[in-house]
Amino acid sequence: MAFKRVFRGGVSTPHHKNTLKSETSVLGTPEKVIIPMVQHIGAPCTPTVKKGDTVKVGQIIGNSDAYVSSPIHSSVSGTITRVEPMLYASGKLVMSIEIQTDGKQEVYEGISPPEVNNREDFLKAIRNSGLVGLGGAGFPTHVKLNPPKDKDVDSLIINGAECEPYITSDYREMIENPTGIIEGIQLVLDYLNINNAIIGIEDNKPDAIKLLAETSKSDKRISIKSLSSRYPQGAEKMLIYATTGRTVLSGKLPADVGCIVLNVNTVSYIAQYLKTGMPLVQRRVTVDGSVVSNPQNVSVPIGTSLKDLFDFCGGFKSQPYKVLMGGPMMGIAQYSLETSVIKNTNAILAFDKKQGDLPEEWPCIRCGKCIQACPMNLLPLELNRLVMADKFEDLDRYHILDCIECGSCSYSCPSKRYLVQSIRIGKDAVKRKVNRV
Amino acid sequence: METVLIPVAIVSGLGLIFGIILSYVSVKYEVKADERIEAVRDVLPGANCGACGYSGCDGYAQAVVDGASITLCPVGGAGLVDSLSEIMGTGGKASEKMVARVMCNGTWDKVTIKFDYDGILDCRSVSTMAGGPSSCVYGCVGMGCCEKVCAFDAIVVENGLAKVIESKCTGCEKCVAECPKDIIKMVPARSQYAVVCSNEEKGAVARKNCKVACIACRRCVKECPQQAISIVNMRAIIDTSKCDNCGKCVEVCPTNAILKCGILCD
Repeated sequence: MAFKRVFRGGVSTPHHKNTLKSETSVLGTPEKVIIPMVQHIGAPCTPTVKKGDTVKVGQIIGNSDAYVSSPIHSSVSGTITRVEPMLYASGKLVMSIEIQTDGKQEVYEGISPPEVNNREDFLKAIRNSGLVGLGGAGFPTHVKLNPPKDKDVDSLIINGAECEPYITSDYREMIENPTGIIEGIQLVLDYLNINNAIIGIEDNKPDAIKLLAETSKSDKRISIKSLSSRYPQGAEKMLIYATTGRTVLSGKLPADVGCIVLNVNTVSYIAQYLKTGMPLVQRRVTVDGSVVSNPQNVSVPIGTSLKDLFDFCGGFKSQPYKVLMGGPMMGIAQYSLETSVIKNTNAILAFDKKQGDLPEEWPCIRCGKCIQACPMNLLPLELNRLVMADKFEDLDRYHILDCIECGSCSYSCPSKRYLVQSIRIGKDAVKRKVNRV
Repeated sequence: METVLIPVAIVSGLGLIFGIILSYVSVKYEVKADERIEAVRDVLPGANCGACGYSGCDGYAQAVVDGASITLCPVGGAGLVDSLSEIMGTGGKASEKMVARVMCNGTWDKVTIKFDYDGILDCRSVSTMAGGPSSCVYGCVGMGCCEKVCAFDAIVVENGLAKVIESKCTGCEKCVAECPKDIIKMVPARSQYAVVCSNEEKGAVARKNCKVACIACRRCVKECPQQAISIVNMRAIIDTSKCDNCGKCVEVCPTNAILKCGILCD
């Protein structure tokens, strides 16, 4: 057995990958979709259409001039009924476009495979495709693929770890579309002039490892690395360490250690876009949780409401107590089923009271388990103490901004303290202070 | 006997000599401390709130004598500026006494509750969760961050709404900086009327989310004899520099979003 490099800290969570075997089903066209103008990290888009306009699949409906941004396309054909701030996954009101579908799903005339001959064309095509990191964070891919000139990037890391419990949308991509993933990797390697790609997959998905190894056999640049199944293996910095042994220091980016990290779904989408020219309008979402009747992977148009999605999966067995967008470790709780699936939504989970209830908080016994669990080498108990005492000025000294909010500390705390939540308050306070000066 | 007297004589002699030297030096090399620092320190309120931007009242006294503006202390108000300008021999326009006011009147019974909140009871944390459990995402979440930060016990949180006791408020603005919803505003203490709503949604939506929301119906705008009211971002705002406290706006407001508040009503 090969030696596996394991990052320090983290937790062993139960995997609950109930939907591993479920082939992706396709949700047809919902009656209406709500497409928010913020689906990525960076500048929000402004609507380029107005109420009453008719749009077709793949037509641009929101765009922005900012570099760190990504255009937004219509995922359906139909008529625009509302352009106003609407409820967003984060619970805030965000400018959104509601489209009443006509069921025809006519494809926009301007859609054709882009002409790509060099690196510039490639990056431009990626931007036009509206592609953002499909793993969860939603960072615009064209920005990621264009690291500063002085950074010597020599490795492309493909993230197939999928370390969060329940989620299997990346796994299904690896099983259903291995050739697409490999093609996508080859495209990125060719245009960015990189000679080394490593696909990191957790060892609880042996069939995906085998399948991708077989598919990539002919290309010597691509290697597969089996990773230990430990949360948060799929976090960028942990993944880089596990695959290359390099450590991304505090405040640095993967490009500083010569790496670009992309999700498996993201690369396979690159291959698909260059072939068809169809922008990012559809994605796979894992629907699971204790109260969902038929847990499965569903391919849905972006903008589909959670209600339509749950209805497609047979509705609820019992009243859901908590609905999460994202995995159980990092997902955001939703209070309304009106919110819609966006580009970086990889899972929607619904739990009953037994599983979804937040345990009561007890005093810290200073056992240090959170310190052992923290993959970023922080002291969550100290951060929690400082935040609760409003001592924000000390937080910087404890490197609070390095926290990736993975939730390992809260998960391992025997007193069930709300560590991540308090750290979020602290991060927010520190960021506000930084901005103010 | 002699063995005792000699050391005593030596020590006394040394003491005398050093005493003479020290008293000479202290007169010759005296550092003249500005007596105005002491005087300024005496008239400052002594709250040490830091609202002036200096480290307490001592720091500000030193700064005033060093040439800082004499109008920075909001706690002392107009009287203080007069006495400071007398000490410093400069003229100064009095800063108007300002108080904080929470621009929200949506107690738990006036809004609908969207969900049960679990977790840290802190305004900042609650408001990251879908803007808080209240149906109005602009309003007060009522967890009392401002109450905690107020050094003068001038804020109380009741029924999910923070309220400033304006007679106790010194205008230090700490609550303004603390509020994650930005609904605490500084207003001149003499102004008695305010649109206590921060909702920027359209009238119908705002009304649905809170029974006492400003629905931007413009009735107060039409009624105001001073033309002090305007609608900005779907809610009425009273220009306190024009308002003469006539109170006609309160009478016409259909949702009771305009209230008579201020020191007189505490």
